[in-house]
Amino acid sequence: MVIIKDGRAIAGEWLHLDNDAAIPPSGQVTVSLHRWQAERTALMARPEPVGLRLEAGDAPDAIADDLQRFPLIVLSFATMADGRLFSLARLLRERFGFAGELRARGDFIVDQIFFLNRVGVDTFEPTEDISPEAVGQAIRTFSVRYQAATDEKQPLYRRERR
Amino acid sequence: MYQYDEFDQRIVDERVRQFRDQTARFLAGQLTEDQFRPLRLMNGLYLQRHAPMLRVAIPYGLLSTRQLRMLAHIARTYDRGYGHFTTRQNVQYNWPDLDRVPDILADLASVQMHAIQTSGNCIRNVTSDPIAGVAADELEDPRPYCEIIRQWSTFHPEFSYLPRKFKIAVTGAEQDRAAVQVHDIGLRLVRNEAGEVGFAVLVGGGLGRTPIIGETIRPFLAKRDLLSYLEAILRVYNRFGRRDNKYKARIKILLKETGVAAFTTQVEQEWQQIKDHLVLDDTEIERVKAHFTEPPYENLPAELPGAVAQRTESDPAFAAWFRHNTFAHKVPGYRIVFLSLKPPKVPPGDLDHRQMDAIAELADRFSFGEIRVTHNQNMIFADVRASELHALWTELREWGVATPNINKATDIICCPGLDFCSLANASSIPIAEEIYSRLDNFDYLYDLGDLRINISGCMNGCGHHTVGHIGILGVDKKGEEWYQLTLGGSSANEAALGERLGPAIAKPDVADAVTTILKTYVELRAPDESFLQTVRRIGITPFQEQVYGHH
Repeated sequence: MVIIKDGRAIAGEWLHLDNDAAIPPSGQVTVSLHRWQAERTALMARPEPVGLRLEAGDAPDAIADDLQRFPLIVLSFATMADGRLFSLARLLRERFGFAGELRARGDFIVDQIFFLNRVGVDTFEPTEDISPEAVGQAIRTFSVRYQAATDEKQPLYRRERR
Repeated sequence: MYQYDEFDQRIVDERVRQFRDQTARFLAGQLTEDQFRPLRLMNGLYLQRHAPMLRVAIPYGLLSTRQLRMLAHIARTYDRGYGHFTTRQNVQYNWPDLDRVPDILADLASVQMHAIQTSGNCIRNVTSDPIAGVAADELEDPRPYCEIIRQWSTFHPEFSYLPRKFKIAVTGAEQDRAAVQVHDIGLRLVRNEAGEVGFAVLVGGGLGRTPIIGETIRPFLAKRDLLSYLEAILRVYNRFGRRDNKYKARIKILLKETGVAAFTTQVEQEWQQIKDHLVLDDTEIERVKAHFTEPPYENLPAELPGAVAQRTESDPAFAAWFRHNTFAHKVPGYRIVFLSLKPPKVPPGDLDHRQMDAIAELADRFSFGEIRVTHNQNMIFADVRASELHALWTELREWGVATPNINKATDIICCPGLDFCSLANASSIPIAEEIYSRLDNFDYLYDLGDLRINISGCMNGCGHHTVGHIGILGVDKKGEEWYQLTLGGSSANEAALGERLGPAIAKPDVADAVTTILKTYVELRAPDESFLQTVRRIGITPFQEQVYGHH
């Protein structure tokens, strides 16, 4: 699986741990929200950082106080049509001030990357490989952005003289 | 009307490029059908029974003659010569080839048009009062706000994969001609006690499988808060709307299951968090408003010019058209003229390319080069000098768009039905034609007064059957086409859903049943009572007895 970050393909440096998999003594892992809440103390005792995986239905409020601990939050796309993650991304960035890496992972397609980029996602780990060039092009699909979102703090009417 | 600046133009041009690439990838097998579906739907493209169908947006129903000529060109060049004007102020082409759709979009972009978000689970074309700007009962022109919402909703990064489609309508008048009570969000321009103009916000109306009248969740919203409030509603819907069942995914179901008070609290809480970050500036409102200035009206006397008045005495055909298809204008000496897209033996809302070109030419000559399309599937010349009515009528008649039946029983709203739509369970156009053929006597038609007959070929309700005074819904019964009738619906100020008359009626008996209903009305009405008033006064029982008594 290819991961695109900052315009380059990178190696998968994180182990995405299933809920029933044993926690390895070392190495970077991501865990589900459920597991984080259940095994928070043990996970915090590990030497390496822990990343968090969120599903479309997860509420960010539940981990608001912990958010800044995570160097990585993964938004897991079970299906490309589930738009809840777009709201979740914006809330993480704009309401909860999450400044770490925000990664889309799973079943999304290149045509959604323009939107994902706009709501604050900065790394892409799609089920079907997408080249770094295609990601870059997708981000530039539209040179005009009417709305304020995570990437643009103001709507077009405040950014440009119209 | 609104003119694109370089930003608006760039966005539609870039959309054409994007969709050309997506279509090529699909045709090359690089996108699966499942992946391509949401992409093409967000461009109004359906792949169905006979051929693809492309739905083109006519934002809030407003067309320049240049745009209408382009619609004619597209009908001629890419389709079988005609287009179908819909109940949501869009136009549909039923026969384009998939690989030529990008070229159609490029042609549309050249006249500031597009098919962006005309389908799919996203914010759809914003609709409005078709006589906005010329209506005498208007508090403020709603179209600048429609355009502001159009821009806000176009490629909204957060709200492009909603649980289901999302429709917004705006009206600025006392009489609701935009059906705001049956939209996901309805906005009514209102004045508060301080004299300030803002919006009443309705949420959760809708037709389709579970028709519901919308609820007012905020009686007054300041203009500066328009976009932040919309964003708050959409965010609550996007996060909490049901995604497990597409028939329960509209915001109306969320509103119902959450409860109006709890839903409103959720929206208000979300809004408090964002209202100061997303302000609709007065300067932006003024910028957009400047595009909707009045045409250069002349100073004319209020009375009907003598020559025209005389024609209404001497020429009964003209008199009927004047009486039924033209309406009062807020400026003395002008009339609002409706073009009927409901002549006999033509599917409601259809125009061929020659008619479109001719209408464009007439609009240039008689109505400042602008045309409006209505959600009742007709067209409007909003600014016609009364002195020119007879000249205009003569030409409209030649083009078959002067049938004097606006708001009458033959002004039928009808979806394409089984003949064109893959969702339909039953045909609708043949039903409309059969009912129409029973109403060929104009004296009888006028005696029936204002009457809205709406026909849908399935419960998705594109023909708005639930808000027809008489609603007709096609259902499939073991492979046969049957029809469910309702009475008493309305999408106007006193919005209501029609009440079911009784068991479904077989296809050959539908026109008879409608005839019986009309006859019953004539027998039982009080003096000057409209069909709708009669149904509301006496209920449906007398109609049931007559319709089902015979069988």
